[in-house]
Amino acid sequence: MDVLRNNNWLLTVGTFLPVLGVIVMVFIPKGKELLIKQVALLTATATLVIGAVTLALFKYGSAGKLQFVVDTSWIPVIHSNYTIGLDGVSLPLYILSMVVTVLVMIYSWDHIPAPGNPKAFLSLMLILQVGMAGTFIAQDLILFFVFFELVLLPMYFMIGVWGGEQRQYASLKFFLYTMFGSALMLVAFLALFWQVQKTNPDASFSIPYLIDHAGDLSRSTQIWIFAGMFIGFAVKVPMFPFHTWLPDAHTQAPTQGSVILAAILLKLGTYGFIRIAIPILPKAAVAWAPYIGALAVIGIIYGALGCLAQTDMKRLIAFSSVAHMGFVMLGIATLTPLGVNAAVFGMVAHGLITGMLFFVAGSVKDRYHTLEIKRLGGMLKQMPKLGWILGFCAMASLGLPGLAGFWGEFPAIVSAYSPFGGNSGLPGVSKEVFRVFMVIAAVGTVLAAGYLLWLFQRVAFGEPKDEFADHASDGHGAVHAVGAAVNETEIHGAGHGDIHDVKLTEWIAWSPFLIAIVVLGVYPNLLFKVIDPASQTILKAFGKG
Amino acid sequence: MSAAQLGLAAETGWFLEHAYLIPIVPAVAFALIIFFGKRLPMKGSEIGLASMAASLVLAAGTAYQWIDRVDSFAGEGDHEGALGGFARAFRFAEEGHANYVEPVIRKVVWWQSGGVEIGLGQHIDGLAVMLLVLVTFISLLVQIFSLEYLRGDRRYTHFFAALTLFSAGMLAMVLAENMVQLILGWEIMGLCSFMLIGHWWEEEANSRAALKAFFTVRVGDIGLLVGTGVIFFGASAYATKLGNGSSGFSIDTINQWALSGTGSRSVLLWGSVALFIACIGKSGQFPLHTWLPDAMAGPTPVSSLLHSSTMVVAGVFLVARLYPLFHTGLEINVAGQHFNLIAVIGGITILIAAALAFVQNDIKKVLAYSTVSQLGYMMMGLGVGAWTPAVFHIFTHAFFKCCLFLCAGSVSHSGSHHSFDMKKDMGGLLRKMPITAACWIISTFALCGVPFFSGFFSKDEIIDNAHHNGYNVFFIIGLVGAFMTTAYMTRATYLTFFGKARGAAAGEHHDEITVVHADPHGAAAPVLAMASHGNVVVADASHGGSEAPDEAAAYTPDDAHGHDPHGHDAHDAHGHDAHDAHAGPHESPALITVPLVILAFLAIVSGYLNAAFLHIEKFTEWVAAAGDGIHFPELDHAPFKWANTIPSILLVLAGFLVSLALCKAVFGERKNPLQGLTQRVAPLRWGHTFLVNKYYLDVLYEKVIVHGVAYPISKGIYWINQNVIDRAVNETGIETRRLGGWIYRNIDQRVVDGAVNASGAAARGSGGALQGTQSGKVNQYGALLFGAAAIGALVLVIVNF
Repeated sequence: MDVLRNNNWLLTVGTFLPVLGVIVMVFIPKGKELLIKQVALLTATATLVIGAVTLALFKYGSAGKLQFVVDTSWIPVIHSNYTIGLDGVSLPLYILSMVVTVLVMIYSWDHIPAPGNPKAFLSLMLILQVGMAGTFIAQDLILFFVFFELVLLPMYFMIGVWGGEQRQYASLKFFLYTMFGSALMLVAFLALFWQVQKTNPDASFSIPYLIDHAGDLSRSTQIWIFAGMFIGFAVKVPMFPFHTWLPDAHTQAPTQGSVILAAILLKLGTYGFIRIAIPILPKAAVAWAPYIGALAVIGIIYGALGCLAQTDMKRLIAFSSVAHMGFVMLGIATLTPLGVNAAVFGMVAHGLITGMLFFVAGSVKDRYHTLEIKRLGGMLKQMPKLGWILGFCAMASLGLPGLAGFWGEFPAIVSAYSPFGGNSGLPGVSKEVFRVFMVIAAVGTVLAAGYLLWLFQRVAFGEPKDEFADHASDGHGAVHAVGAAVNETEIHGAGHGDIHDVKLTEWIAWSPFLIAIVVLGVYPNLLFKVIDPASQTILKAFGKG
Repeated sequence: MSAAQLGLAAETGWFLEHAYLIPIVPAVAFALIIFFGKRLPMKGSEIGLASMAASLVLAAGTAYQWIDRVDSFAGEGDHEGALGGFARAFRFAEEGHANYVEPVIRKVVWWQSGGVEIGLGQHIDGLAVMLLVLVTFISLLVQIFSLEYLRGDRRYTHFFAALTLFSAGMLAMVLAENMVQLILGWEIMGLCSFMLIGHWWEEEANSRAALKAFFTVRVGDIGLLVGTGVIFFGASAYATKLGNGSSGFSIDTINQWALSGTGSRSVLLWGSVALFIACIGKSGQFPLHTWLPDAMAGPTPVSSLLHSSTMVVAGVFLVARLYPLFHTGLEINVAGQHFNLIAVIGGITILIAAALAFVQNDIKKVLAYSTVSQLGYMMMGLGVGAWTPAVFHIFTHAFFKCCLFLCAGSVSHSGSHHSFDMKKDMGGLLRKMPITAACWIISTFALCGVPFFSGFFSKDEIIDNAHHNGYNVFFIIGLVGAFMTTAYMTRATYLTFFGKARGAAAGEHHDEITVVHADPHGAAAPVLAMASHGNVVVADASHGGSEAPDEAAAYTPDDAHGHDPHGHDAHDAHGHDAHDAHAGPHESPALITVPLVILAFLAIVSGYLNAAFLHIEKFTEWVAAAGDGIHFPELDHAPFKWANTIPSILLVLAGFLVSLALCKAVFGERKNPLQGLTQRVAPLRWGHTFLVNKYYLDVLYEKVIVHGVAYPISKGIYWINQNVIDRAVNETGIETRRLGGWIYRNIDQRVVDGAVNASGAAARGSGGALQGTQSGKVNQYGALLFGAAAIGALVLVIVNF
């Protein structure tokens, strides 16, 4: 295994540091909310600092290799080791999870959802962070599974306790559905191990080991094992038709939950495909590719149509995730570096953009106490900045070049023209089928423009509806007269009226998202440069020759 | 074949090497306006203007050095600079052969993926240089015009920001080195178009028009994405063969690949068809032209810049840019070909749009349909192999169409009191607005193709070449189009500037009593006006209220009010009496008329860059790439003969006379049997209704397709989602719970002994503790699922062993 082991304390510390914060918070009385918030934010920030150090020490010249690798015995009785490492594909997602956690913490500073209790809420968020980061560094299937499951519980409580009116139903559904998927995934992991062990007595659950040794399994065995993994990951993505938990979970989750769900949790599934299912089981990947591609493009169109039917802004954004993750899965299904790069870029971009859209939805809900599209209107007039941010995110989400969303969609569409064409070891994937997918996916971009701009038109343009027209804050007359964004003075707190423009904590929490969307859109190579070597390594089996 | 191989010294220079700065300047300016514009004395417009001026200087420098470069190629190495080249140009044109002038291609790595490096850079050749100059020049004039036209608008700063970003997008597209960069510029223009059409978004009609424009163009963009993908891989293979570090997105590589004969026929065909669909959307070609007239909901400068002279030619530009691809893919000029996709679409567009222009009452809509029709000419020209005339038509059309729109803006600003309705609020404005009228008439001559005006030199060449290349159907369509163009423009001119003054043009105001000042929304601008021009306040107040109900689509009351007083303020500044200023129509102030005059001047002289009868073919020399069969197909352009222009000149004359007679009859003062003819005679009425309803295409698109997808289809899908897919999930959950209960009652309780019961009680206890969140059930379900999974695993393992 060709890996780099320098500074290998980094990943462990970066992943488990939040636990320390949780332990500290356990001893702080519930009433000291400020202290609790401070400790939580400090912990998340410290984690992010470790992340920044990781970013600095990462050897970009060898982004294709696993770095900071630790490989020690963990549960010898089942041949599972504590194997962790980071390469160009996991690095962006690992860092993204840390950034998102910090920003969500900042947002939570004055946005703790009902019924309050920041101590529990923030503790759960820190535990969630451990699970997310851990999933991206795990290089052992059992370890991966543990982290993958660890994510479920905090999110379940976040939705179930701090969620909307139907939180119990939504949280239960979320939990059970993903649990069902991961159960099958675990089965697949076990079956894989046993199959490999038949010919290799020293077999382990290590992913690099399995990549080297599982490729010899017969095609039909691979297909069955892949099926188990497929269910597990596809539920998490979520792919059509396993997506129905998502709109409920998103709609009912508190804003923070929705943001994390969209930004990171959905990526666990697609990441699983790239990290585990495809490199370990290349024969099955080729066999499954047309079906994954088909479900992906169905998801693109279906998700978009679902969006058009929504009457609730948050549910619409939730449905749009189904469509966007369709593009990611289409890229993955091509089994080409071009497609997988697009997919990883798409994951990050979707995380930023949709995360941001959920933030906006949360803030709209805060102000209007409703997300019903029919009742909203004229947001640009009452809250010009929030309105323009919504417009910006909508444009980014529909894949406007120059913003991050485009770099996930466009290369994925292009790559579908020419999927993996076969080599000496593997047959190719049907080109004709994927060319049809390509056109369907391109149609999906039009529908995306349709539902997003329609939403924007209904929510932001026009005049505010009567029921909210009088709720505006004091400064609004001036806003109207001189210009939409002239409202330079920040209005702090909610004391000036229900409906006020973007607040300071929101600015702090959102600016990194907004800046990242522009920066990655203008200079996508920041990410592609890191992803590309890693995806080439991952797709070694699909290389030429 | 590179310059070095030919032994030629490739003339280059700082401007040519740094042409990529031209879009960067306005892009940076956009950011500056957004962040700091409001704090500046001119609300950010100064940044926009400065950036456009800077870009214009850079573009002019680039053009100068490009001409030098062309000369250095033409002079076989002995370059003597621009002046020497000037003299040589005649000789060169007479010799009738040319060397291919290497474009100046520079790039940096933008992104890399799957082993492919995609650059960001510049591809500077004659076509790019021509458009760079054109776009920067027109943008600058339109921004100057907007200073006055939008003064006091509530989103003044936003307007200039969007206008500047638009220019950046267009310029980035024009000099794009590769398809991805081209898409970038293309979509930025789409975005700006959305922002600017919806500039007055308080009105639903405007926001709908904005949505429609963006969405319709986006439909075409399917073709752009797909087409780029289709040609990418073929061109990639060729790029590897070329070994010059380019990718399959590189425009130069795509063109060479298309001409190399190594590409598969079907790939070339489908690639060009897909890309052409994008051009249909962007350039308002049939059947996706419907967004363009609606786009007139935006402020007039926007209509002028985006929706007539620059952005909408992006589709034409794309065809011209990738002409080798289209030429090969669609087999243009192959012997015996009488039809091809581009020519057919262009031809249909000419006729249907010109027909619609006859039934419009809104002056801007006439111009909009005229634009659609002229874009059809450009497309048709490209379709019949008349590359140079088509590109030349982009050039000349930009000046006279921009001028016409700005004239319309001037009329509405100072003549018809913000109305665009020719029948209600115009007429007889010739004497009141002599400068505007003169500019309008000159541009109309140019548009109609009257000899010695610019349109003649470009449009007639397109028609002539259609004949020359054997596309006789399109020759006839071109002629008919020329007739129709003259006819509808005569009608519009008559209604606006001649005949009896009506409505606002006659000084009538629809209602004199105002409540607008009481509206807090509009308060700020008038307050400013009051501070400096106390004596005008009363006049403004009464004036401000005279909003015609029929203008509601274009202006909200407070919007119009926002900029309403200022035209008059300007007049005050010019020493006019306040009451005169608003009492009736009057000529516009200098900030408006100066751009008009400049453009009208160019509407005449721009044609003389390629006036074949004077043996001037500068445009061909500087802009057209020489057809060497490697970089650009060999095209056969018709030599100019006066005899060939006779049919179109006659038809233009006929169009003018027929239309004038009809106008006098129908809109004249005397009673006439022709008046109301379309109401009385059934077939005419049907035809009229058919045209008024725009061939029912909008109904088809909006009411049937869009409405269908947005409502029944999406609702149906969502119903399936909730009642089939999700229900299956819920049912599974419920059934599993039932099964669990059954197992618990019948197996667990009866079979398993008390030890298990005890643990069950413990589980229930812990479940009770977390009852609020139903965790007890989670445990139960989780256990069941794991049980099921374990059984599944067992089966799987057994099967595999």
